Amino acid sequence: MLEVEDVYAGYGRIPVLSGIDFTVAEHEVVGVLGHNGMGKTTLLKTLIGQVPVTSGKIRFGDTDISNTSSFRRARAGLGYVPQGRAIFPNLTAYENLRMGFIEDGIHSEDAAVKDVLARFPRLDSIIDRLGGALSGGEQQILALARCLCGRPKLLLLDEPTEGIQPSIVEEILEILIGLHRHQGLAIIVVEQNLDFIRRLSDRVLLIEKGTITGEVSPEALGETQELGGYVAAG
Amino acid sequence: MDLAVVVGIDFIYAVATLALISIGLAIVFGMMRIINLAHGEFMVMGSYSAAVAVHHHVNIWIAILIVPPVVVAAIGAIIERVIIRRLYGRMVETMLATWGLSLFVVGILTMVFGDITEGVPTPIGGITIGSYQASGYSLFVIAMSIVTIAGVYLVLRTSRLGLLARGTMQNAEMAAALGVDTSRIYAVTFAFGAALAGLAGGILAPVSGVFPNIGGSYIGRAFITVIGGGPAALVGTISASTLFGVINQLATFASNPVYGEVALLAAAIILIRLLPQGITGRYFRGSL
Repeated sequence: MLEVEDVYAGYGRIPVLSGIDFTVAEHEVVGVLGHNGMGKTTLLKTLIGQVPVTSGKIRFGDTDISNTSSFRRARAGLGYVPQGRAIFPNLTAYENLRMGFIEDGIHSEDAAVKDVLARFPRLDSIIDRLGGALSGGEQQILALARCLCGRPKLLLLDEPTEGIQPSIVEEILEILIGLHRHQGLAIIVVEQNLDFIRRLSDRVLLIEKGTITGEVSPEALGETQELGGYVAAG
Repeated sequence: MDLAVVVGIDFIYAVATLALISIGLAIVFGMMRIINLAHGEFMVMGSYSAAVAVHHHVNIWIAILIVPPVVVAAIGAIIERVIIRRLYGRMVETMLATWGLSLFVVGILTMVFGDITEGVPTPIGGITIGSYQASGYSLFVIAMSIVTIAGVYLVLRTSRLGLLARGTMQNAEMAAALGVDTSRIYAVTFAFGAALAGLAGGILAPVSGVFPNIGGSYIGRAFITVIGGGPAALVGTISASTLFGVINQLATFASNPVYGEVALLAAAIILIRLLPQGITGRYFRGSL
């Protein structure tokens, strides 16, 4: 589904990713683990097109999207939930969901939003509130729901549990597991929460200094010595 | 009683005029954060397109209501593509570029039409209120101001394009990651703001006269209104227009129009001193 081949990327003249290689198969969930500043967020931004590829190739399906603009990647089926959620603060929760809808000539906006709302009953009570007035957990759920309104084939999730209360983390995890199992949604998840990434991922990539340096099974995440320096202590 | 009605019309006309000349800038500056110093010249181009249409025997209503927004929207779309698109997020460069653009437009208009006042006939005559006369066209301007603001509200609040524009102006990078063609949205929004400026120029052409430098008399009041109104483009424009329009007319009635303008400027300074974020930065927060 996704092939990332020897990708170099960075901000201006500052390189961050150097020679990234990995693939994601259909219906697969791939976790990405690494310390802060190792390039996890830049990797997802590069995949969605917010950071330019300086060399290498990104193929999504049969298409080379290395130099494709961000909105075309989203329309091709890449969904992105960024770190910090990036909720539109002056739009209501409902309008945020509508922003996520991508016209394809088949689905209607109303049906897509209703379909997503059915999965996220927590949003019912806050649907008319402004995005900026929601709690961090509510925003995270809204960001995920908004992304799903676009019917992505591959979901890019950047630190979905950051600053979120445990009950909502569990709720998000249940939803993602459900989407993966029942709809076969492929996911790349960048996360520091070991339990979250272990329960969700099929395999976990280790990233260090902008390069994929290894791969471990989710089960191995229980053994901290196996991870070496890839996660923060404690 | 009749006098009160006539005076009331004058007050509402002052508010309506201020709202009309500011609404396009509220979109371009208030929403898009583009300091368009050529806003006055966009209005002048609207006025000239109305004048030219009238001279070519186009129906007067089409000449002042349809031709100006269409012509200025097209010019705005070209300007966005050629100049503004390269300057998003660069406020100083945008100011310089649009200032240069305003001088260019004034120069071109002077070269083509000469430094004389073109006339556009007033399509509505005076109306009698008791023993007083009032301008029927003032009532039309008031009505058009209300219709324009209501139209902008409907476009922004109920249409998908309006939603995408509001979202894109809040976070363009995220909007693009959700599949929104933000370049197109920026272009359409800028053209929409230009069309509103053109419409205002067309509507005001019969009462203001049309000459190349008249944009200078619009731009200051438009910026004062939009900045005084604060972050909410529509509610800010309405509230600031009402405040400044009433103050302007009170001072005008008490003395003369010059003091009216001075009072408007003084009110703007006091307002920005008391409410640096504008009226909607403190009140009506989160409104459109």
